[in-house]
Amino acid sequence: MKSWQAGIASTLLGLAIWQTIVTLGDLQKFILPGPVLVAETLWKSRVIIIENAWVTLSEVLLGLVLGALIGGISAIMLASSPMTRALVRPMLVFTQAIPVFALAPILNLWLGFGLTSKVVMALIIVYFPVTSAFFDALIRVNPDWLGLGRVMGAGKWRVMWHIRIPAALPGFASGLRLAAVYAPIGAIIGEWVGASKGLGYLMLLANGRAKIDLMFAALIVLAVMTICLHAATDQFCKRFLDRTDA
Amino acid sequence: MTQAPTLHMKGSAKIGDTLIFDALDLTVAAGQWTCLLGSSGVGKSTVLKLFAGLAEHVDFSGTFGAESGPLDGKIALMAQSDLLLPWLTVAQNVALGARLRGEASDAGKVASVLDRVGLADKSKSKPSELSGGQRQRVALARTLMEDRPVVLLDEPFSALDAKNRARMQELSAEVLEGRTVLLVTHDPAEAARLGHAIVVMTESGAQTVTPPQGAVPRAIDNENVLKVQAALLARLREDA
Repeated sequence: MKSWQAGIASTLLGLAIWQTIVTLGDLQKFILPGPVLVAETLWKSRVIIIENAWVTLSEVLLGLVLGALIGGISAIMLASSPMTRALVRPMLVFTQAIPVFALAPILNLWLGFGLTSKVVMALIIVYFPVTSAFFDALIRVNPDWLGLGRVMGAGKWRVMWHIRIPAALPGFASGLRLAAVYAPIGAIIGEWVGASKGLGYLMLLANGRAKIDLMFAALIVLAVMTICLHAATDQFCKRFLDRTDA
Repeated sequence: MTQAPTLHMKGSAKIGDTLIFDALDLTVAAGQWTCLLGSSGVGKSTVLKLFAGLAEHVDFSGTFGAESGPLDGKIALMAQSDLLLPWLTVAQNVALGARLRGEASDAGKVASVLDRVGLADKSKSKPSELSGGQRQRVALARTLMEDRPVVLLDEPFSALDAKNRARMQELSAEVLEGRTVLLVTHDPAEAARLGHAIVVMTESGAQTVTPPQGAVPRAIDNENVLKVQAALLARLREDA
């Protein structure tokens, strides 16, 4: 069985189990709607779902790009200076000990209920895996390469640019792949805490009105979006690494 | 290339509380190959790292350097591992020094050093497309490209098979002629073939051994080379 065939078979199996539970358990549709009902709702409410999915996708993409950028720069700064490392690293670890959930209300207070607070949520959640994976790779670059660079008379930043960063790109890529899965979590949490648009907002709204089928439809769209984002990031990283041959 | 200098090192080295070598008195004659022979862990690579300025972790007491002044910018280094950057082409790897110093690289010179090591047709290849012997020849070309009067070689041939090792020894002796070369090796045959001077480093100190007569690189099957090789091996085994 090829992987796409396996994917389809596995999806069908999942749907069959879901429908069986609903039918055998005789569950009310406001407790657990079956896949057929959810599919119907998905089609009927497609306009509102797409509108809200677009908002969430924008938040996620902006958060991902900004988080990767800021994370990348942070990793380079941390790797280049032991002083920065000593000062900043404990702070980073401390901030990671704060659950992102707890930050969401504060960010809404500071940045408002619009797009910005969600982008920042996604950014924060993306920042650490990117920084940490890239930093580790920058630190673990073959020391003999660095020695060769020094004997050749290279300055610190040229060694960074021509040896350390290219050598550490696979680490950056693995951080980015994780980030693609984390970013939607940040955006959704932000929307739950306070928003008037987005899939997280739509799910809360549907839940409040006992429209569980709509909630499931939104959830499925979110899951598909995350999977696509991860696959796209993976492809991007592969092509990028192929081209740089790192 | 500026005039090849004579190098010297006199002193002892420690890493932490561990003594690496004691009362070493080493001279590396100008424009010649000096082979520093010894078993693993005897501190011969430390000597090389000290000259290269890559030994911050070593606590050295004594003096070392060149008679003619500071060694900065006069040294090229070639190690057991070729240290080619996998994301650069062969030609870019050869010109790495210029890239790292922010200088324009001289394409004509790159082509000529690649031609000298017999890899003119591989300039656009990636290191992963080359054999181990070819990769080490690229490393030699990179060393030549640097055009430094002092060349430090840290067991550069030890990872090669017998055929490639013999060829690399001959090629290196040819292209590095006239430079001050310090070759660190654990192979008595290599020292007997390549050394204008041979220093055996053991736990009890460094001793100079008279090399076989004849121009470098000497034939592997030369009677005197074989005799010196046997004597060097015996010297190494005494120590153990």
